[in-house]
Amino acid sequence: MIRLILQRLLWALPVALGVVTITFITARLFGGDPTELFAPPEATDELRAQIRERLGLADPMWMQYLRYLADVARFDFGISFSTNQAVSTDLTERLPATLELGLTGLGLGALIGIPLGVFAAVKRERVPDFLVRGFTLAGMALPQFWIGLVLIWIFFVTLGWFPGPVGRLPIEVRPPEPITGFMLIDLALLGDWSSWRLALWQLVLPAVTLAIASMAPIARVTRASMVEALQSDYIRTAVAMGHGERVLWFRYALRNALLPVITLIGVLAGNVFGGAVLLESIFGWPGLGQYALQAIEGSDFAALQGFVIYAALLYVITFLLVDVLYIVIDPRMRHA
Amino acid sequence: MSSPLLEIEGLSGSFRSPNGALTPVLHDVSFAVPRGTVTAIVGETGSGKSLTALSILGIQPPTFQRSAGRILFDGRDLLTLKPEEMRGIRGRRISIVFQDARAALNPVFTVGRQLADVHRLHHGGSASRAMKRTIEALRAVSIPEPERRARQYPHEFSGGMAQRAMIALAALVCEPELLILDEPTTGLDVTIQAAIMELIGDLVRERGLTACLITHDLGVVAETCDRVVVMNAGRVVETGTTEAIFTRPRQDYTRRLLAASQLGETPEMIEA
Repeated sequence: MIRLILQRLLWALPVALGVVTITFITARLFGGDPTELFAPPEATDELRAQIRERLGLADPMWMQYLRYLADVARFDFGISFSTNQAVSTDLTERLPATLELGLTGLGLGALIGIPLGVFAAVKRERVPDFLVRGFTLAGMALPQFWIGLVLIWIFFVTLGWFPGPVGRLPIEVRPPEPITGFMLIDLALLGDWSSWRLALWQLVLPAVTLAIASMAPIARVTRASMVEALQSDYIRTAVAMGHGERVLWFRYALRNALLPVITLIGVLAGNVFGGAVLLESIFGWPGLGQYALQAIEGSDFAALQGFVIYAALLYVITFLLVDVLYIVIDPRMRHA
Repeated sequence: MSSPLLEIEGLSGSFRSPNGALTPVLHDVSFAVPRGTVTAIVGETGSGKSLTALSILGIQPPTFQRSAGRILFDGRDLLTLKPEEMRGIRGRRISIVFQDARAALNPVFTVGRQLADVHRLHHGGSASRAMKRTIEALRAVSIPEPERRARQYPHEFSGGMAQRAMIALAALVCEPELLILDEPTTGLDVTIQAAIMELIGDLVRERGLTACLITHDLGVVAETCDRVVVMNAGRVVETGTTEAIFTRPRQDYTRRLLAASQLGETPEMIEA
């Protein structure tokens, strides 16, 4: 099993190389001439040539490509215009914010969605099933940002139960020096429990938004997959041997039904990590998505390119995890 | 002699199609399985023999709708039991060996774990004791290296080995009063079929089991069974001792079935 996992890990390398290469080509094809960003409008051709020389744009393409690969391998994506920091520093600062929101939201979505799907499957074609299906259809039809706005309107504007969408901490609270970068973990490590509670409260609305949006497809896929598992021969055997319903559903059927659910969660996670742009913008969440949006608005190519590579690598890592989970859950995969 | 362990009386029913139309499949099926005997239910595919067997345990397909009949087990009508009561019967008192054992075992749990789970369900005790008993059961059905085999998954078993494990589960881990065998050798190689039937015969004789063998293979019946119930198109055609059925069949259908199994191929069997 370990060997198989290492094998998958090796496979991720060419995928990552492909992503990096495509990013390079795309930037050269559609990125425009970066010289224009540095040169004043009245610059002479001589000055432009000098700028091109300095930026390395005068070199042949393959040389630029190799230099670019070397930079990427060192996680050097250049300097961002808007923050004047190394792009990799920016991204590393923002990554934990996105992960914290994504993992909480998706975790919550799975925690509710999977049991809901199981419940609908075992009550198939009866009232609870219709309720779950109607509810999840609505959840899938509604755009995530709209769910977020409605939650803000109800729970912040109207009821005042939760704080406003101003990011990871209330404005008056000074963020701690990052240790892991995960706000809740850092504050817990520092033992600053009053700020910890405030940070948790900030996290609730965006995480619930993500949970609602992800719970719906998770519940639907779980239901479909469970219905199939419950009709299988091995469940009939387990019934015939006298097992109770809970063992049948949660031990024997669910483990078989989980594979498509895990794939789906992987896709959802990839989307969130690759920049839940709208979600982060609505809640002022200082994550990768918000950074990407600012980079686009400011024509910050270095930042954008760094973001694309980060997002793609996160995607690759996510699916690597999905593959590993497959191998752990389904013994048949170990021999494939 | 005491009353039969199992009596099926006037079982009738139909399959309901999605549009609500009913197709009758069982017509007034009645037969008895006396204690300590092996009773065969023979018939071609579609004769209703498997459906009848699955109905005993209440695991018939959900589209089957019973219209009449009783299934008396040890004097109680199983069809009137509450779900919890029925669960107390399943595995503990009536158990079943299915046709395709590799599909009948759960693909994502080890074979040992599945058997041990059932052992703990019926006999309690610790997980390690259940696993010990499971390995003993696997050894009793002549699975080589049972300790190693118990740690393997169903897809690592051949069809014949999986069927041995299934028999260990249904007959030895469960220790039922009535063992149902639903086409236990169908789909296996001929030599494996013979070995599995020999195993079943040995278990039945050694442990004095009451068993109900569903099969379309009359050759198997002659060696193993005491009594035979012949079914055709959802009806019981003839019942009797194995000797009577084989030497003095009264019904034309039984005669044709006998002739078919001896000749190997006749139109009826090919159709089936």
